[in-house]
Amino acid sequence: MSTSRPDKIDLDEIFVLRTKEVSKRFGAVKAVDQLSISIFREWITCIVGPNGSGKSSLINLLSGILPLDEGVVVIDGVGLRVLKAHEAPGHGITRTFQEVRLFDQISVWDNIMVTLTERRFLPALFERTSPQHKEKTQSILQSVGMWEKKDAMAMDLSYGQRKLLEIGRAMAMDVSIYLFDEPFAGLFPQMLERVKSILKDMREQGNTIIFVSHNMDIVRELSDHLFVLDSGALLAVGEVDEVLSRPNVIDAYLGT
Amino acid sequence: MQIDTTAIVDMLRLAQSPREFLRFAKGNLELWANLLIIGWAVVFMVWQGTGFAISVGTVFAIWAILAVSLNLVVGFTGLLSVGHVGFFGLGAYTVAILTSDAAYEQLRTEAIPTFGLPFFAALPVAILFAGLVAVAVGIVFNRFRDDIFVLVSFGFAIIAFNVFLNLRSVTRGAFGIHEIARPEIGTWVFDGELEFLALVVAFLGLVVLISWFIVTSSFGRVLTAIREDEQATEVFGYQVTHFKLAIWVISAMMAGLAGGLFASWTTFIDPNSFILLESMLLVCIVILGGLATIWGSLLGAIVFVLLEEGMRFIPFLPAEYVGQARQVVLGILLVILMLFRPQGLVGRYKL
Repeated sequence: MSTSRPDKIDLDEIFVLRTKEVSKRFGAVKAVDQLSISIFREWITCIVGPNGSGKSSLINLLSGILPLDEGVVVIDGVGLRVLKAHEAPGHGITRTFQEVRLFDQISVWDNIMVTLTERRFLPALFERTSPQHKEKTQSILQSVGMWEKKDAMAMDLSYGQRKLLEIGRAMAMDVSIYLFDEPFAGLFPQMLERVKSILKDMREQGNTIIFVSHNMDIVRELSDHLFVLDSGALLAVGEVDEVLSRPNVIDAYLGT
Repeated sequence: MQIDTTAIVDMLRLAQSPREFLRFAKGNLELWANLLIIGWAVVFMVWQGTGFAISVGTVFAIWAILAVSLNLVVGFTGLLSVGHVGFFGLGAYTVAILTSDAAYEQLRTEAIPTFGLPFFAALPVAILFAGLVAVAVGIVFNRFRDDIFVLVSFGFAIIAFNVFLNLRSVTRGAFGIHEIARPEIGTWVFDGELEFLALVVAFLGLVVLISWFIVTSSFGRVLTAIREDEQATEVFGYQVTHFKLAIWVISAMMAGLAGGLFASWTTFIDPNSFILLESMLLVCIVILGGLATIWGSLLGAIVFVLLEEGMRFIPFLPAEYVGQARQVVLGILLVILMLFRPQGLVGRYKL
């Protein structure tokens, strides 16, 4: 990691997350094919691509939901060939899901609370809810505008509220890298604005955000950096407007 | 289950004003279920007298320990186990064998090892043994979830029954083990039914207390999260296999305790007490009372025990059919409940 020559650029200083030739196959289908990407620290990075291009698979690989077939993921200078889901927060990674996955039959309050409490099972047995936990939960719920709903069951919320709660749950993790899988899909304009401002605030606070979206207006507005995937491989990478005007990107993704 | 003082204050206020009570009670199925079942139990006890109350109370307490312990796994963690009877049997057999006395061996057609341990020495061993087996079984079972988990737990119940039936050098197989010792402290023996009831209820209280402690802790909240979405729980940094194994073992140890008490209470056990059907009935009790509520499991156990005992007094029903008739009634009750109230009598969580 650290170099003996001071003039050499330390990649891990610039990139919080890198993948080196990671692959994931499902049977004969290559969902992610020898993909190498680098994510800038404290930027909002967007991943776009047609359906089935491997965006969600990539997010699943980075969050440990899927095991890597090949390749290495370098998080904050630590190279990993195996990343387990329950270890991802330890490396500073959390995520949301494309299909909102809340803990449906427990309260909104407990949905946030569960991300704050003790991770080891034995101490967890003897841990009761502390005032710090309550304060944190309250501030998270207020920041996503769900405080009034705290006693409702997660399953009784509207779709937009569920999306917000899921983002709140990720925020409560207090990590440095956030993976959002389509955080804007199916949201009202008003909710869209709210999620956008949440993401911008998170960037202001020094977090790295990676999100997947199909909404090109939002992609243009939010992203500092853009990856275009096609068939599990990298099609284009760079500054948003420039990438989206490339002919091969337009062909593959935006259509004519 | 949360112990909430405001609820108790509310109750007291309601008790003082009948009109307010009626307004509160209107359409409040949960309250009516509570009142009906407890009222039914009280009426029954008074009608049938003390002796009846004591023996039914003991049966209830043993079923209640089992139901509460199973609810930790089925209701809170979402692992639908139909193999709980295996741990119940392990506890029962461990106590029966460890307390077996050489003096009775001449009476027995098939000899088993005799240890002659007192009950209170055998019971912790039984609990630990059930726990140890649960660790081994749980490590394997952790690989499965949902319907596959149901199937493998089913397999566990079958295996346990066959071990009890065929490991004759230890369990005496179908002959069963009789003359199982009653608990004793020094020279004082719990041979009276009332003393035994007190003992069993004390253990039930302990189990309820431990369960309450677990489900109100951070651990308990993680269990409910695992029930809702295991993978998402993992993403938030929880090693869910540890949590699942821990609650599985705790639950099995409680079932082992119930088994030990059961063996000593009946003084005779054979493999037929630990058939798969008992496990199924247990799951029915848990679902009937309500998943993920400790109080619900207690209510469910009351209903179940009263159903059996209550039907003994139906005049046109021959005594030998009571057991079967109870199962029919229980089945019908469950169907009605699932149709109109899938969360059980007092539960909130739907299967």
